[in-house]
Amino acid sequence: MTRALINVPSRARRGEIIAIKTLISHVMETGFRYTTAGERISRDIIHGFVATYNGEEIFRAELFPALSANPFITFHTVATESGTIEFRWTGDNGYAATESAKITVE
Amino acid sequence: MAEAKNSGATRRDLFKLAGGLAAAGATVVITVRPARSTPTEMQAAIAKVAGNARIQPGRVKLELPPLVENGNTVACSVSVESPMTSADHCKAIHIFNEHNPQPNVISVYLGPRAGRASISTRIRLSDTQKVVAIGEMNDGSFWSDTVEVIVTLGACLEEVRI
Repeated sequence: MTRALINVPSRARRGEIIAIKTLISHVMETGFRYTTAGERISRDIIHGFVATYNGEEIFRAELFPALSANPFITFHTVATESGTIEFRWTGDNGYAATESAKITVE
Repeated sequence: MAEAKNSGATRRDLFKLAGGLAAAGATVVITVRPARSTPTEMQAAIAKVAGNARIQPGRVKLELPPLVENGNTVACSVSVESPMTSADHCKAIHIFNEHNPQPNVISVYLGPRAGRASISTRIRLSDTQKVVAIGEMNDGSFWSDTVEVIVTLGACLEEVRI
């Protein structure tokens, strides 16, 4: 069960730089850990993150095992127009999650 | 650490070895290759993104706590001085480390629509080491900042009970 938290201001002035905070629950298993029985635990991470603003890509990230569990990423964007900001995470073993937030620009 | 488990060396072997060498009157340094990358691997990973371009110090600000108690989550933020216009903007920010099992941490790609080249995230650090942030500009120049971090409890050390 995926749980993502997104923080996007619901209203912004046109041209204003807004901060976007994203957090998603995921173990981010590094692939470098072992069980007490000595077996290597296979890698299971989120390796891609993309944010689109009304369909246009505004931010993209490539994640590695050195990112903490429950990846938290904040970034900025210019509020250009009212619409939807969509977030998409992709990972190992076919993992995919999406979340979106609405913004009103005046 | 992790790879020591695969080497097949037992405590008994080490005692035998140490005993044998002590008998021979030799001093020896026993090295076990740990699961960590080296500064050379970090340089190679940096070269992969920067190619032959010169990386200059400045314009990038990497913020990390100087003393980290728990390497599993370390707050980390990077900002790059840039007007973020379509003519002059920061294209990408990369974070690298010296001693984690892999040198890469995160790479983010931005454009003029970002307004501000500034990100923050949480990273894992396995050991006391240097962390490097590199900002890539649209004119092909690269800027960097390096921070030395002391880690008291590293990430990836614990074994998992399953």
